[in-house]
Amino acid sequence: MNGATATLNITRYLPGQDQIPRSQSYSVPYQRDWVILDALNYIKDHIDGTLSYRWSCRMGVCGSCGMMVNGVPKLTCAVFLRDFYPQEIRIEPLVNFPIIRDLVIDMSDFLDKLKSVKPWIIRKTEKQISEGEYLQTPEELSAYQQFTQCINCMLCYAACPVYGMEPEFLGPAAIALGYRYNQDSRDQGKESRQAVLGSHEGIWQCTFVGECTEVCPKEVDPAAAIQRSKVEITKDWFKSVLLPWGQR
Amino acid sequence: MAGKNSSEPFWWGLFSAGGVVAAFLVPIHIILTGFALPLGWISDTGMLYRVWWVKIYLFVLITLPLYHWAHRFYFALNDMGLKVIRKPLAVVCYGGAVAGTVATLWVLISV
Repeated sequence: MNGATATLNITRYLPGQDQIPRSQSYSVPYQRDWVILDALNYIKDHIDGTLSYRWSCRMGVCGSCGMMVNGVPKLTCAVFLRDFYPQEIRIEPLVNFPIIRDLVIDMSDFLDKLKSVKPWIIRKTEKQISEGEYLQTPEELSAYQQFTQCINCMLCYAACPVYGMEPEFLGPAAIALGYRYNQDSRDQGKESRQAVLGSHEGIWQCTFVGECTEVCPKEVDPAAAIQRSKVEITKDWFKSVLLPWGQR
Repeated sequence: MAGKNSSEPFWWGLFSAGGVVAAFLVPIHIILTGFALPLGWISDTGMLYRVWWVKIYLFVLITLPLYHWAHRFYFALNDMGLKVIRKPLAVVCYGGAVAGTVATLWVLISV
């Protein structure tokens, strides 16, 4: 260990006590195999028990520990101290969200938007259990599989400049998940998602910056989901206008 | 929510088609008129623009990228904080593309 230390400058905000968020510096033992989350846990356990942040699985599955690391949205369980050492590391709550306390953000806007795209399989009529499973070919699975990898970590919302400026924007993850269910051969709920996905606040507010895809830790590629949704909804729109039997 | 009756798919469709034209046709056209003709790789009578299908080609080549520009420029200006005047901006951008389309049509018909 050699007594080497890494310095983390962490945003602190205690409602009722702080007017605005401030930065507090902490020194932790430098360990080559520590991720940022290990350093935060060290601070919580050994230096300052009042530091608040979300985490759970520490293995890139739960999506809880997203924070700004030197200004970039990251899962803190997936970034090593050694990637920055010996430079100081700046840890801030995810931008574009209200701060509840320290590194904990209010995610209720995202959860409302997620629910609005109905991210579950919708059937017009359910099959009887005795009729067996809904079968799918490998091709039908691959049409949406990549988008099932989303862990709702909200890094894409912190990275999206459109969401930063237009908080009503449905946002990358919610659109990607709406698209995921639209592409599922077992699903019949496309129509009921289009009012939300196809609205101005849905796909059309996206200006294809592509940062959502850049920061996604699970390679979901929400930007692709948004652009493909634009193509599909545009095709439907032209069909409905140009074809006499198209339904408006 | 704008929903199904929104005109956004229409403008985005033109933007998207214009992007395809700008990405695929424009480079080919630059090679043809910028290199192949002046360097004598191909010969031209100078009257090709009077052929009806060349007129259609030129119409697509010139007008669709205008809508690509209009849509991108409109959103870029919005992102730069000009959202407060977005209605006049839309008129200038998309109206500019429509004016360019009308002008192109007029030139192609009259030559």
